[in-house]
Amino acid sequence: MKKLINSPDEVLADSLVGVAAAHPSLTVNSSDRYIARAGGPTPGKVGLVSGGGSGHEPLHGGFVGYGMLDAACPGEVFTSPVPDQILAATRAVDGGAGVLHIVKNYTGDVLNFQMAAELAADDGVRVEGVVVNDDVAVENSTWTAGRRGTGATVFVEKIAGAAAELGADLGTTAALGQAVNDRSRSFGVALTPCTVPASGKPGFELGEDEVELGVGIHGEPGRARGRLASARELVGVALDAIHADMPLSGEVLVMVNGLGGTPLIELYVVYAAVAEWLAGHRVWITRNLVGNYVTSLEMAGCTITVCRLTPQLTHLWDAPVVTPALRWGR
Amino acid sequence: MTTSPVPTMNGDSVDTDRARTWVQAIAAAVDQHKDHLTQLDSAIGDADHGTNMHRGFSAATTAVAAMEPDTVGAALITAGTTLISTVGGASGPLYGGAFRAIGKALDTPTAGTQQLAAALAAGLASIQKLGAAAPGDKTMIDAYAPALAAFQQQAGAGADLAAAATAAADAAEVGMRSTTPMQARKGRASYLGARSIGHQDPGATSTALVFRALAETLGAR
Repeated sequence: MKKLINSPDEVLADSLVGVAAAHPSLTVNSSDRYIARAGGPTPGKVGLVSGGGSGHEPLHGGFVGYGMLDAACPGEVFTSPVPDQILAATRAVDGGAGVLHIVKNYTGDVLNFQMAAELAADDGVRVEGVVVNDDVAVENSTWTAGRRGTGATVFVEKIAGAAAELGADLGTTAALGQAVNDRSRSFGVALTPCTVPASGKPGFELGEDEVELGVGIHGEPGRARGRLASARELVGVALDAIHADMPLSGEVLVMVNGLGGTPLIELYVVYAAVAEWLAGHRVWITRNLVGNYVTSLEMAGCTITVCRLTPQLTHLWDAPVVTPALRWGR
Repeated sequence: MTTSPVPTMNGDSVDTDRARTWVQAIAAAVDQHKDHLTQLDSAIGDADHGTNMHRGFSAATTAVAAMEPDTVGAALITAGTTLISTVGGASGPLYGGAFRAIGKALDTPTAGTQQLAAALAAGLASIQKLGAAAPGDKTMIDAYAPALAAFQQQAGAGADLAAAATAAADAAEVGMRSTTPMQARKGRASYLGARSIGHQDPGATSTALVFRALAETLGAR
């Protein structure tokens, strides 16, 4: 294992010290383990709390700030946060209008957020949740834990965050977050595995000429192993899977997201292929993100997320946002 | 230990010390098998089960060592609460909730075989309620359910605690091995579909450690 760390057990704690030092707009509560806006809760505004295992940076801490999240709860690497953290963050950001939990659909995340929501309700905090499950690589059936939450989490956090900033109430904010999730789909491809610092070994093995198709963001293997092919062909596999699940049309928001170990030049090669494929299917990209937003440590590869926009969603996407990882309009 | 076991109708019982010893014994077993649990988890999960269980049971051992429990269950409730606060993932709420349920059913200074059987049943009910998994889904339930059935059968036949717990531990290990040919239907392993077949479930493996630790605790005189 070759990593820029001090000790495998201190990666999260050390990184939170760095986050606090680098971003004066954020406050890091190191005992309760959450990252929040430095100014405290905004009175009358719905608070947004997300969280999940660490190792996906900038998700979620990098999206705390004006127009997006109020707090993020980082768990250990690839391990969901515990209810105590989520409860502390929920209490801290409640400005009296209730708190929305944005949760990626993994058994651990769902269970821990559920426990925290019950505890917060006991304290009189109104909590609603949106469970993000955009990954088409997992068959959604009684035979699995359901689809995973991946790239669409960024869209949900941005658009629900904008709505809350504009004064939407808890129910409306939750409904918008749900709508974004329902209109979004993702598919991931991995070229290399990644290594959790505490384990020291790669999560799986891939040959020089192999790719993992439909990979998740926790170093877990995907739905099938394939041969390495051109970016254009791999994009075809991903978009075919998305299109088969949710027929694409009209205006879309696209994110080509690097998993941590893929250079930006390759992500632009992928984006070109995505734009070409979509144009060929008479689907128009009106908004996009290209970069590392939901990573999986040092894994090479990318996820492609497509959201079918509406004028309202486009308006909320364009609304001002000021976070370490997304910043525009103000 | 200076006190002799409190006599009950069938001659043996769990007391507060043994409840605490059970938690410590699990921590020791998890410590010993940490790498194995993580290795099993990296095959079909996300390679953190050993690390997370180790962090949780180390904290639980510290927590129960610092208390003076007045019921058998008190230490187990504390252990459960500590697990929920420290483990994370699905294992935190599932194991934590189970130990809390077991503890709540043992609200007396000592407990006999029948009472422990009922408490272990409450633990399984907690896991099933939270995780919504059934036997055959390739989860910790595939070790827990047969262990409980074996314990209940022994308890019904009038066996002492040590014999019932040993039968439970044996059944848990059989159940653990039975997960290898199963296809996962819950948790992160379910994303693998048929590719989860051929790997032993890490959760069932740690559950077998929990029951073996119980057998060792209750077998020790």
